[in-house]
Amino acid sequence: MSGNSILGVFAKSPIKPLEKHIRVATKAGRRLVPFFAAAEEQNWELAEKERAQISKLEKEADTIKRQIRVDLPGGLFMPVDRADLLALLTEQDKIANKAKDIAGRVLGRKLDVPAELKAKFNTYLSRCLDATEKAADAINELDDLLETGFKGREVDIVNNMIQQLDVIEDDTDTMQIELRADLLALENELNPVDVMFLYQIIEWVGELADQAERVGARLEIMLARK
Amino acid sequence: MEILVNYGDTLIILAALVGFFMAWGIGANDVANAMGTSVGSKALTIKQAIIIAMIFEFAGAYLAGGEVTSTIRKGIIDASYFVDIPEQLVFGMIAALFAAATWLLIASALGWPVSTTHSIVGAIIGFAAIGVSTDTVAWGKVGGIVGSWIVTPLISGVIAYLIFNSAQKLIFDTDNPYKQARRYVPVYMFMAGFVLSLVTIKKGLKHIGLELGTMEGYMWAVGVALLVAIAGKVFIARIKFDESAEKKHHYANVEKVFAVLMVVTACCMAFAHGSNDVANAIGPLAAVEGIVSNNGEIAKKTALAWWILPLGGLGIVAGLALFGHRVMATIGKGITHLTPSRGFAAELAAACTVVIASGTGLPISTTQTLVGAVLGVGMARGIAAINLGVVRNIVISWVITLPAGAGMSIIFFWALNAYFA
Repeated sequence: MSGNSILGVFAKSPIKPLEKHIRVATKAGRRLVPFFAAAEEQNWELAEKERAQISKLEKEADTIKRQIRVDLPGGLFMPVDRADLLALLTEQDKIANKAKDIAGRVLGRKLDVPAELKAKFNTYLSRCLDATEKAADAINELDDLLETGFKGREVDIVNNMIQQLDVIEDDTDTMQIELRADLLALENELNPVDVMFLYQIIEWVGELADQAERVGARLEIMLARK
Repeated sequence: MEILVNYGDTLIILAALVGFFMAWGIGANDVANAMGTSVGSKALTIKQAIIIAMIFEFAGAYLAGGEVTSTIRKGIIDASYFVDIPEQLVFGMIAALFAAATWLLIASALGWPVSTTHSIVGAIIGFAAIGVSTDTVAWGKVGGIVGSWIVTPLISGVIAYLIFNSAQKLIFDTDNPYKQARRYVPVYMFMAGFVLSLVTIKKGLKHIGLELGTMEGYMWAVGVALLVAIAGKVFIARIKFDESAEKKHHYANVEKVFAVLMVVTACCMAFAHGSNDVANAIGPLAAVEGIVSNNGEIAKKTALAWWILPLGGLGIVAGLALFGHRVMATIGKGITHLTPSRGFAAELAAACTVVIASGTGLPISTTQTLVGAVLGVGMARGIAAINLGVVRNIVISWVITLPAGAGMSIIFFWALNAYFA
């Protein structure tokens, strides 16, 4: 019996790999916490190890992403729009990419976050990571969504999650503004090039939350169709 | 005419052998369709599936298999053309059985879920049109078969869509899906039991000499369905589940309930398949036996010889036993993401369609109903991904089946003629 029997009709589900992908991507993001902890102690050896971990997770996410794309040939009939699904995947993947960029840039410059900003910066970082976790939670509802045929209560639950995600992202925006203001006050005491980099890192960390919000938005679009 | 007198017994034995071969091919090729979704969703183990298939395929073939037989025998070709040459009809039917069985064997080896019904129909058309005369074929009926490539998947697709959506509404899209499942799954069991027993009573019991009135028949069907539902309720009550589990595991519990239902629909499917498809093997055999034992007279209506139905049933069971394990093992590994609730919707819909079609006597294909049902569940956004490329290949193999069966039966027909006449 070759695989072309009636059971060949059931193609490989893209949903599990999609959930796995965002879990790996958010794990890469979460690694930024120990990375920054090492960086703030100027322990660059440890920081390098953490960066390598992040890079490894980012590669893993890339592999899953490629696998999903390969497994989605043209002749698949799915309950969700394939274009939406691929767009969602791309957005998810950017979370890992961003985490890798941040770690690489901070390590490359051996950037020192000023002591006055450390506490606030760490809360800001963890809040941005909250956003990515929330996005991952929403994506993890996909198999329950499938269970209910993408209808009814499950959709409400997911939409609710996406709203919470938006609230978190709003929070991070406010925190980012405060961080910038604090940095502005310190600007004169710091090396100007460091300041430039600090502004950029603050922005990039914020982009983690933005990216999570984009994942949520994509998911919302996917559910809104049909 | 002399041929029938001289070789009568030889011909009946030959027909019985190829009829058995054909039934064996049906068992081997269709086992994946009938039981695949149950095994794929892990509601049944391979061993359980084979045992259930054996029991219910045989029961279906024996108790309800008589009705479709006449369609194959007389519907496709006009028997009046053979009044003066009955031996040609005998040769033709044997050739058709041999051709269809061979085609099934090839298709099984290649993994194509072709229609057993259409291979026999193609084979009968083949020898009749080329070997005898194109006028013998009821082309309107052939047109109907081509139409059934669209109509049967459509009917079962719609039924599957409705069943799946009703399960969504009543069970999954509620505050407490598990509680709802415990409440409503016995209702679905009742439905399955009702359909199953109704067809047995209305079509089958005649053959074993029991005849019930219409009202009485319905009453019995309701009674049997109630028994099935109550037995189901008892089984569901015995399922172990994690009451304290958070919402996440709720659906897993619900699927456990559906797994019980799946067993019922698997029985239903095997039964429906047996009742519908056994005719493909025994119809031509019955024709041969009838003509020979009536000394060449092609009777309008002959009673089925007592040994024919069980022979067909045994053939199917033999096919299951020999090929079943291999097919099921492939299924068990190959399939992902088919939950019992989906498998149930597809199987119940397919069984209902077969049952409806058996009533009308149209030679429909269980394969086609199942593919249609799976697509129906997919339309209801129930299946994560359906490979349309495979669906296309399956449909192509359906279309090829008619000419393939026809071509082979012509060759076998000429060979038989060369040998005996």
